Amino acid sequence: MTVLLWIAGSLFFATALLALYRVIAGPSIVDRIIASDVLLTTLILVVGAEMVANQHTRTIPLMVVLAATAILGTVSVARFITRPNDARGQAQLGEETPAAPTGGESR
Amino acid sequence: MGDGQLLTGILDIAAGVFLVLGGVLSLAAGVGLIRFPDAVSRLHAATKPQILGLVFVVIALALSVRSGAALLLLIPVVVFQMLTAPISAHMVGRAGYRTGDIDADTLVSDELAADIASAGRGDLRGGAEEYPGDDPIGDPIDRPGDGPLDSSSERPRTVENG
Repeated sequence: MTVLLWIAGSLFFATALLALYRVIAGPSIVDRIIASDVLLTTLILVVGAEMVANQHTRTIPLMVVLAATAILGTVSVARFITRPNDARGQAQLGEETPAAPTGGESR
Repeated sequence: MGDGQLLTGILDIAAGVFLVLGGVLSLAAGVGLIRFPDAVSRLHAATKPQILGLVFVVIALALSVRSGAALLLLIPVVVFQMLTAPISAHMVGRAGYRTGDIDADTLVSDELAADIASAGRGDLRGGAEEYPGDDPIGDPIDRPGDGPLDSSSERPRTVENG
């Protein structure tokens, strides 16, 4: 059991590191959203795995809240990436900020 | 007595195996994030642990804790994730399509491009300004806003005519 827990823990750790690398290095902002989503999913899984390891159920509400609100950040960022970008398809953050006033004008 | 201990031992081992399965799926997402060429194929890899990995970990937790109250709390976790994960994946995929964050060589078919071309909006490919049918916030408010604007621009005319 302990061996299995260590294996699962190291797999989660490796995933978190890889996702963090993609958050930092990801060429476009879409890559960064996807990677941060993976990071959050890994966090939910780790919270569950920690309950299995330590035999308690105190952080199940945390899992519920994380699963229900994981959508908010992703959707709110993805909502504003609709501007045309440069030829390589890299969304520059400076070019996206004008997209927010565009949404405001349509209201 | 011995049977009970054997059963709990088996359940604990099964919980550990499910945890490892969840970890493998999670690692698959991580490796896919690093190795896949463009944002949309990375999204494909990233959505694997969101549902199945979570289901595995929740099963592991249920096998390990073995109480009805915990199970009752664990079901909403999976339900919420199943409700919200497709929405966020759809939004991110749409954003990736619009910013041109797709390696066009890897596509077998691009049905959305055909639809956009048939709609006469070739400018939407690879990122474009918003088109009216797509704004969930602006659209319902726009139409009443357009109505009073048009009528108010007509109303002075009728007043002048009268």
